[in-house]
Amino acid sequence: MIGATLALPSIHYLVILPLLIFFGASLFLLIASAMWRRTVPMVFSTGVTVAASIATLVVTYFQWRCLDKSGVSTSIAHAVVLDGFSVVATAVIAISVGLAALVAHDWAVRENVRGPEYQILALASSAGAILMTQANDLIVIFLGLEILSLGLYVLVAVDRRKGESAEASLKYFILGGFASAIFIYGAALLYGATGSTNLSTISYFLGSNVVLKPGLLVAGGALLLVGFAFKIAAIPFHMWSPDVYEGAPTPVTGFMASIVKVGAFAALIRVLISGLGTELATWRPILWVLIVLTTVIGATLAIPQRNAKRLLAYSSINHAGFILIGVWAGTARGSAATLFYLATYAPTVVATFAILTVMGGLGDERHSLESYRGLARRQPWLGASLAVLLLSQLGAPLTAGFYAKYSVLAAAIDANGVALALIALLSAAIAASFYLRWTVVLYAEPDDELDAARVVVPRATAIVIGAGVVLTLVFGVWPGPLVTLAQHATLYFTP
Amino acid sequence: MHSSLWLSALIALPLLGALVAMLVRKMPGASYAVAVAVGAIEVVVSVIVAFLYSSHVANAGTFDFVSRHVVSAPLGLAYDVALDGLSLLMVVLTALVLLLSLLGGRDKRREPAFVSWLLILTGLTMGSFVSHDVLEFFIFFELTLVPCYFIISGWGGAERARAALKFFLYTFTASAFLLVGILYMGFAYQHQHPTLGLTFAYGALSTTTMSHSVAVWLFIGFALAFGAKAPIWPLHTWSPLTYAEAPTAGSIELSALLAKLGSYGLLRFAVGLLPLAQVSVRPYVLTLAVIGILYGSLLACVAKDLKRFVAYSSLAQMSFITLGVMSGSTIGVTGAVLLMFNHGIITIGFFLIIGFLERRRKSIQIADYTGLQGPAPVMSALFTVAMLASIGLPGLSGFISEYLILIGTFTTHAWWSAVAALGVLASAVYLLWAYQRVFHGRAEGANAEIADASSAERWVLVPVVVLIVVLGVFPKPVLDRITPSVHNFVTQVATAGAFK
Repeated sequence: MIGATLALPSIHYLVILPLLIFFGASLFLLIASAMWRRTVPMVFSTGVTVAASIATLVVTYFQWRCLDKSGVSTSIAHAVVLDGFSVVATAVIAISVGLAALVAHDWAVRENVRGPEYQILALASSAGAILMTQANDLIVIFLGLEILSLGLYVLVAVDRRKGESAEASLKYFILGGFASAIFIYGAALLYGATGSTNLSTISYFLGSNVVLKPGLLVAGGALLLVGFAFKIAAIPFHMWSPDVYEGAPTPVTGFMASIVKVGAFAALIRVLISGLGTELATWRPILWVLIVLTTVIGATLAIPQRNAKRLLAYSSINHAGFILIGVWAGTARGSAATLFYLATYAPTVVATFAILTVMGGLGDERHSLESYRGLARRQPWLGASLAVLLLSQLGAPLTAGFYAKYSVLAAAIDANGVALALIALLSAAIAASFYLRWTVVLYAEPDDELDAARVVVPRATAIVIGAGVVLTLVFGVWPGPLVTLAQHATLYFTP
Repeated sequence: MHSSLWLSALIALPLLGALVAMLVRKMPGASYAVAVAVGAIEVVVSVIVAFLYSSHVANAGTFDFVSRHVVSAPLGLAYDVALDGLSLLMVVLTALVLLLSLLGGRDKRREPAFVSWLLILTGLTMGSFVSHDVLEFFIFFELTLVPCYFIISGWGGAERARAALKFFLYTFTASAFLLVGILYMGFAYQHQHPTLGLTFAYGALSTTTMSHSVAVWLFIGFALAFGAKAPIWPLHTWSPLTYAEAPTAGSIELSALLAKLGSYGLLRFAVGLLPLAQVSVRPYVLTLAVIGILYGSLLACVAKDLKRFVAYSSLAQMSFITLGVMSGSTIGVTGAVLLMFNHGIITIGFFLIIGFLERRRKSIQIADYTGLQGPAPVMSALFTVAMLASIGLPGLSGFISEYLILIGTFTTHAWWSAVAALGVLASAVYLLWAYQRVFHGRAEGANAEIADASSAERWVLVPVVVLIVVLGVFPKPVLDRITPSVHNFVTQVATAGAFK
C-alpha cells in the first residue's frame, strides 16, 4: 500500500468504462457545443446521451461476463470495485438516463429550451451516480456524490425563465451543500476511528480489533447516515424534496427521482454492509426508526397534497423508506431485495414523470390533480398507463411494485423484523388511499368547465411511457429472471 | 387424478374473455354477448369439474386436479392449484355468480369495461379458491380488490367514490397482517428445513412447528384479514355502505362471492394452518360470531333501505358460517361449507330482485314500497322463496346448512350454539317484517303501476329457485362430495392441535 503512492496504481479499464463513457459523452457534447457554429441540434445531443446509455448497457454485459469468469475485483488501489451489485446498478442507471433523456428532449422542444445543457449535465450527473455504485472508498463515494449533486443543482434550474425553478435550485444547493459537508465530516471521523477511508480496510480493521471507545466510530457513522438520508430524502431529512420536485422542470424531477435513489442507495448499502457490517447491531436500530418515520409520515403527508409533483415527492419518500428496509435487513436477501426494488422503481418513476411532463402542458404548469379528471376517458391509453404505474407504486399484485415490496418485506421478516414489516405495510395502506384517489380522478366523468383538451404525446415520450408500463407489467407477471439476477448480483457482496 | 388443466382453464377463461370483450368493444352488444358466453362456458366447466372430482386420490389426500410449478424460487413463488371438497362448491358458485349477475344486473353504461372487470374479477376469485399455495392465494385474494374497486367506483351510486375507497382501504389494511403472517410462516418453515428453498406450499406450511403463542398471534393476524372480508363483527362497518353504493352486479359479487373468500380463507388457512391456536382462540371467535348474528339481525330489522337490509342480514348469515368454521366439528364445518354456497345463491336472489325493483322505481328505500304483491305477484313469490330459504324453512336449502352448523357447534360449544339459535328466530322476524312492509298492504301511486317480473327476469331467477329447492330436499350428492375432505381436514386439525 505504501509503495503504491509513488507509482500509478494499476487500472482495470473495463471496471471504469461505464464511467468513462458517460463522462466522455458529456465532455464531447460540451466541446461540440463550443465548436459548432450554431447551437448543437437537439437530436444530436439527445442521440449522444441515448448512445452513451446503450453503450454502457453493452459494457455492463461484458462486465457481467468478466465477473462470471474471474469473480469480484477491485481496481485503482481498491478505490473502485467490480461486483454484481455495481454492474446491475450501473445498468439500471444507464436505462433510466436513456429514458429520461428522451422525455427531456420532447420537453425541451415543447418549451423551446434549446441547447445541449440538459444532456451535458445529465450525463455528468449520471457519471457521478455510476461512480457511487462502484465506489469502495469513502472519498470516492464523496466524489461521486458531489458530481451527481452539482449536476443536479444546475439541472433543477435548467429552465432559466422560471423563478420557482431557480428558487428550488438554490434551496437544493444550500441544503445539499450542508449534507455534503456533514457527509465528509463523517468520513473524516471514521478515518480517525479506523485509520482508513477504504471500506474493505475499515471492515478488516473493525473485524480484527475491538474498539474500546466507539464514540468516534459511532459519530462518524451517524454523520454519514445523515448525509445519505438527505440524498434519499428520508424523514426527518426530507424537507427539500417536495419543493425541489415541484420547482424543477418535470423531466428533471423524473431523472432525479430515479438516478439519485439508485446511486445513493448503492453507496449506502456498500458503506453499511461492506464497511460497517460488523457494527450491524449499532446502525440497525437507527435505521429502524428512520424507516418507520419515513414510511409512515411520508405516506401521511402525501394525503392532503393537491399537486401531482408534490404528491409524488412524498410518495417517493415512502418508497425510500421501503427500500431502506432491504438495507436494514443486512443480509444477502436484503441487498438483493434493495437492488430489485431499485431496478423496478427507477423505470416506473421515469415513466410516471414522463406522463406528468406531457400533462403539464406548455409552460409545465398544469400539475393539479384536478387536471387529470377524466383523462382515462379522453385518452384511454395514456390514462390506463398512468393507472398501471400508480398501481405499481401502490404495490398491487401483477405489477413489479408488488414483488419489490414483497421482496423487501420478506427480507425484513427473514431478519426478525416482523414489527417493521407490519408498520411499513400499514403505511402502504395509507399510501394506497392517495394513489387510488388519483386513479379515481383519472376515470371520473370529465368536468366540462375545465379545459379538457387532449394532450399531445410526442413519440419519444410515448416510447418511454410504453417502456415503463411494459417493464412494470412484465416483471409483475414474470419476476423470476430479474429476482434471480438481483440474487446473483449480491452473491459475493454480503459478508 | 384428473388433469389440473381443468382448473387452469377455469382461471384463464374469464381473463381471456375480458380481453376479447375489450377487443370487440366497438360493436354494440358484442362485449356483453362474449361475457355471457364465457359465463355459460364457465358454469358448464365448473359443473363438469364438480362431477369429475374424486375425493380419493393417491398421495394427495382429498385433493384432486393437483399440480405445482415453481415460478420464482428466490421469492418462493409458485403456481399451484388443487381442488377439494372445501373449495368445490365455491368454484361452482363463482361461475354461477358471474353468469347470473351478468344476466340479471346488466349495466349498459360503458358496457365493455363493465363486463371486462366482472370477468377479470371472476378469474381472480376462481384463482383464490383453487390456490394450493398460500402466497399464490394471497396474490389472487389481494388482486380481487382492483376490479372490485373499479366496479364500485365506476358504476356505483352517488357516494361510490367514498364507498369504494372505504372498501379498498379496509381490506388492504387488514390483508397487511395476512401477508406478514404468511411470510413469517414461510421463513419459519425454511429455517426449520434449511435444505429446502423458500416455499409457501399449503402442505408444507401446515407442518411448520411453532410455539403456541406464535400460533395465536398468527391466527389473530389471519383472522383480521379474513374477518374484514367475511365480515365478522366488528370489522363489518365497510359493508353496508359498499353494498348500498355498488351496482347490482357489484353487490352480488361482493356479498354472494367475495365475502365467502373471507370465510373460506378463515377455514382453509387460519384454522387449517394454525391448529395449535384453535383451543385458545375458539371461544373468542365464536363469541364474535354470536354477537354478529344477533347484531346483524337487529340492524336488519331497522335498516331503511333494501341493500343495507341485505347487508345486515348477510352479516348475520356470515356469522353463522364463522360459527360453523370455528366449531371444530365435522358436522359444523360441513354445514359452514354448505351455507357458504347456499347463502351465495340466496343472496343472488335477493340482490337480483332488489335490482329489478331499483330499475323500475330508482329507489331502494323500504319506505318507498308497499303492497307490491298485488301488481307484481311473480316477483313477490320469488322473493318469498329466497326469504323462506334464508329463514331456514325445512325443505329449502338454508335449513339443512344452518341446522348442521348449530348441531355441530352444540357438540363442542353448547352455550354458543344455544344463543346462536336465537338468530334463526330473529331472521324470521326481520325477513317477514321486511316482506310485510314491501309486499303487503295496498299498492298506491307508483307502486300500483309497477310491472311484474319480465320473462327474462324470471328466467334468471329460475336457477336460484331450483338450487334452493333441490339442495333443500336432496343435498346428499353434494354432501357426499364435501364430507370426506371436511372429515379429513377436521381430523388433521384436531390431531395437530392436540399433539404438536
